Amino acid sequence: MNKLKVLVVDDEPGIRSGVSRILSRFTVDYPFMDEQISFEVLEAETGEIGLDIIDREPVDVVLLDNKLPGVQGIDMLETIRKKQPDAFITMITSHASLDVAVKATSIGAHDFVPKPFTPQELKSSLENITKHLFLKKMTRQLQKEGKQIRFQFLQVLSHELKAPINAIEGYLNMIVNKQFGDNISDYQEITERSLERLKGMRGLIMDLLDLTRFETGKNPSEPQEIDIRLLAQSAIDLHKPQAIQNDISIRLHIDCDVCIYGVPDELEIIFNNLLSNAVKYNKPNGKVDLYISCDDAAVTIVFRDTGMGIPESEMSNLFKEFFRIKTEETKGIQGSGLGLSIVKKIVDIYRGTIEVESTPGLGSVFTVQLPLSGKTTK
Amino acid sequence: MKKEKTTILVADDDADYLFQMRVMLENAGYEVLAADSQRMAEEIVEAVKPDLAILDLMMEKDDSGFILSYKIKKKYPEVPVILATAVSQETGISFGIDAEEDRSWIKADLYLEKGIRQDQLLLEIEKLLKR
Repeated sequence: MNKLKVLVVDDEPGIRSGVSRILSRFTVDYPFMDEQISFEVLEAETGEIGLDIIDREPVDVVLLDNKLPGVQGIDMLETIRKKQPDAFITMITSHASLDVAVKATSIGAHDFVPKPFTPQELKSSLENITKHLFLKKMTRQLQKEGKQIRFQFLQVLSHELKAPINAIEGYLNMIVNKQFGDNISDYQEITERSLERLKGMRGLIMDLLDLTRFETGKNPSEPQEIDIRLLAQSAIDLHKPQAIQNDISIRLHIDCDVCIYGVPDELEIIFNNLLSNAVKYNKPNGKVDLYISCDDAAVTIVFRDTGMGIPESEMSNLFKEFFRIKTEETKGIQGSGLGLSIVKKIVDIYRGTIEVESTPGLGSVFTVQLPLSGKTTK
Repeated sequence: MKKEKTTILVADDDADYLFQMRVMLENAGYEVLAADSQRMAEEIVEAVKPDLAILDLMMEKDDSGFILSYKIKKKYPEVPVILATAVSQETGISFGIDAEEDRSWIKADLYLEKGIRQDQLLLEIEKLLKR
């Protein structure tokens, strides 16, 4: 929208040429708009000609005289609203009686300019109209984008939920149809696979709950001072069993005792998700090192693993919802694809930063920095 | 003389789905070539010509199935290709290839929802093989 089309409908040639002259040299720019707006004026000396133009091409603004030789301005309103609902209509009128004004507003006029008007009056009226149209357009665009994102999210979500359902249903059917005979132990493997898929689905649902909680801004608990050492230690304890199973050692290196102001659940999710990834995507006999250091302004938490690493090409998608790296090595690993997107959301809430360095085959380093002033927005 | 078995290539990165398809198709008397990735399917197609292919849409890439379908059709234009996906129609995404325009570039012969009943799927396979 860098040029607005203004249709002026008025039987007085002086008004039409005046509007054309004033607007031809007039531009509007607001600090919040990227571009300057200029105007193109279309003239109509009667209502009939005006309606012809409305029929033919889109206009952004209509300056409409009420007293016209044929069809009256006020009688054109309905047609204009029907044909071009987005057009902004300003009535020009010399005898602006309250009656006419009320009636005109009720059937679609947005504004009035008294006649005769000064160039400045016309300009300031168009300044307002421009702002109004711009904001309307932006709002509409944002709503559309929001809907689009929501829609994509639901599509992927339904895919992620249906895949395990299909798998489990398939196995159950095999059992019902006694596909492998009467011996119950022959069904051991497919039962275990079903349970594994159920576990994955449960994880996805838990992550989804986390996610919706941040999006709706509902806090599960009150913010408080939290000892970062305890937080780290409890996260490590939680992941010990899984780590032992895969012969992975987790070590904590902490050189400061500091409390951070925040919501326990949220900070736990940061630790749990990053630690869980470091264990999950590691190699047998691998290592996970958790470094915590502080200065006056911030606490820095580094999760370093000796895992499979992240290919350069996948880096840019890492924090996107439902994004999972699909390689030979990640094939057997369950994950919702939501963990890192949730971590990123929380880190943002705390006005912190998260960075990743990774070497495929050698490991990844996730560095989270949280300001000590605590969370400033919510 | 016994006729050689009909070979079906199944490509899907969901190990469970792949396993179930293999069991089902083998029980129905087909020989199954199972690939758990687009890459593996491509390797198989390089070496063997299947009689039919059933491809998952999303594997390493969101459009792995399309790419595979395109490559198979290029090498063996006469081999029927079925695209299977769990993305449901009710969410709006529909890869139905009934529209002429879609068929021209997607190349697959049939689009199927993954939850489809076994007997239905076998019927569709038979239909495509008879053509």
